[in-house]
Amino acid sequence: MEKNIAYIALFAALVAALGLIPKLTLGFGVPITAQSLGIMLCGTILGAKRGALAVLLLLLLVAMGLPLLAGGRGGLGLFFGVTGGFLIGWPIAAYVTGLIVEKWRTGSIVLVSVIASIIGGIFVTYLFGIVGMAIVLEKTFLESAALMIAFIPGGIVKVIIAGLLTGAIAKARPASLLSRQIKTKP
Amino acid sequence: MISLTSPVETRAHHWPAGLKLGLLSLVSFGLFFVDSIIFHGLFLLFVVVLYALPGALFFKNGWKHLKILWPFAFIIVLWHLITGEAELGLTVVFRMISAVGLANLVTMTTRLSDMIDVVHWLTCPLQRLGFKPRALELAIALVIRMTPVLISKGQNLTLAWRARSNRRSGWRIILPFTVLALDDADHVAEALKARGGLTNQERK
Repeated sequence: MEKNIAYIALFAALVAALGLIPKLTLGFGVPITAQSLGIMLCGTILGAKRGALAVLLLLLLVAMGLPLLAGGRGGLGLFFGVTGGFLIGWPIAAYVTGLIVEKWRTGSIVLVSVIASIIGGIFVTYLFGIVGMAIVLEKTFLESAALMIAFIPGGIVKVIIAGLLTGAIAKARPASLLSRQIKTKP
Repeated sequence: MISLTSPVETRAHHWPAGLKLGLLSLVSFGLFFVDSIIFHGLFLLFVVVLYALPGALFFKNGWKHLKILWPFAFIIVLWHLITGEAELGLTVVFRMISAVGLANLVTMTTRLSDMIDVVHWLTCPLQRLGFKPRALELAIALVIRMTPVLISKGQNLTLAWRARSNRRSGWRIILPFTVLALDDADHVAEALKARGGLTNQERK
C-alpha cells in the first residue's frame, strides 16, 4: 500500500518535473515536450492501474490550481481550452499503455513498450485530443485531425525514447518495473 | 511552490468553493448550446468586467494567465477568414475565451485548502467502495513536496552533464532522472512504513 502511494505520487511529480525543467525540452525541430513522454512512462513502468492513477493525481492538482504542466501552466481553464481533450485522454492513455505491457509478457520490453506507447500514448491521446478540439472549435473530426499532423513526427520520436527508457529501467531497477511484476494481493 | 491563486483578496475568495465549481460547470456546459454571436460577445464583455472589478493588479494577473489563448485565437480567426465564415470563427473564439476565463477566475479566487476540502467532500461517497481519502490526501501532499525536490535533482543532473560535455543532454538525461525518482519512491515508501504506514494513521 505505502509502495503504491509512493510510486503513484512520485510519478505524478516526475511528469510535472519533466514539464518544468526547460533543459529537458527535446529539440528535434518539432515541438515536443517531455511531459507526454512522462505519460507513456507512467503506463510502461507503473502498469495500467497505478499509471492511470498517477496521471489522475497530477491532473487533480492541476485542476486545483497548481502550475504543474509544461511551462508552469495550471488551473481549471486548461480543461476548457482547445487542448483540454488531450488532458482528459492522458489517464486513459496511461491505462491502455500499461495494460498492454502488463498483458504482453513474452516480447522484448523495449519492443512491447514502443507498441504500447503507440497505441496508448499516440492513438488514445490524439483520439481524445482531436474530439476535444472538434467540440471547442466546432469543426469536424477530420478537420481537427489535420491540425495535429505537425505533431506526429514528435510523437514517434517520443514513443521510441519511451521504449528505450523502459528497457533501460528494466535493467537498472528491475524491481521498480511494476508493470511486469507478478501480481500479489496487497 | 507558487500557486495560481490571485495575490489580491477578493469577495469571491469567501464564497464556497463547491458553489463556484458547480456554477462554472453549469455555465461552461450551457455556453455550448448558444450559437448567437451577440450573446457570446456580451458574455465575454461580462467576463472582462468580472476581471476588472477587483482592481488593476487582479486584472493584470488574470490577463497573464490567459496569454496561452492568443495563438489559438489567432489561428482560429485566420482559418475562418480563409473559409469565409468569419462570424462562426468569432463566436468560437469568444466562447473559448469566456469559458477559459471563467475557469481561470475560479482558480484565482479559490485557495488550495478550499479545493482540497471539495475533493474530500467529492470522494466521501467512494469510501463505501473501499476508497481511502487519507491515501489521496497523503498522495497530494507527497506530490506538492516532491515536485520541487525532483526539479532541483533534474537541474543538478543537467549541470553535471554540462560539466562533462559540450553537447546538449537531450533525452538521455531522462533515464538517470527517472531512476532517481524511482529510488526516491522506494525511500518514501520505506519511510512511510517505518512510521506506521497508512493503517496506523487511520486508527488515530
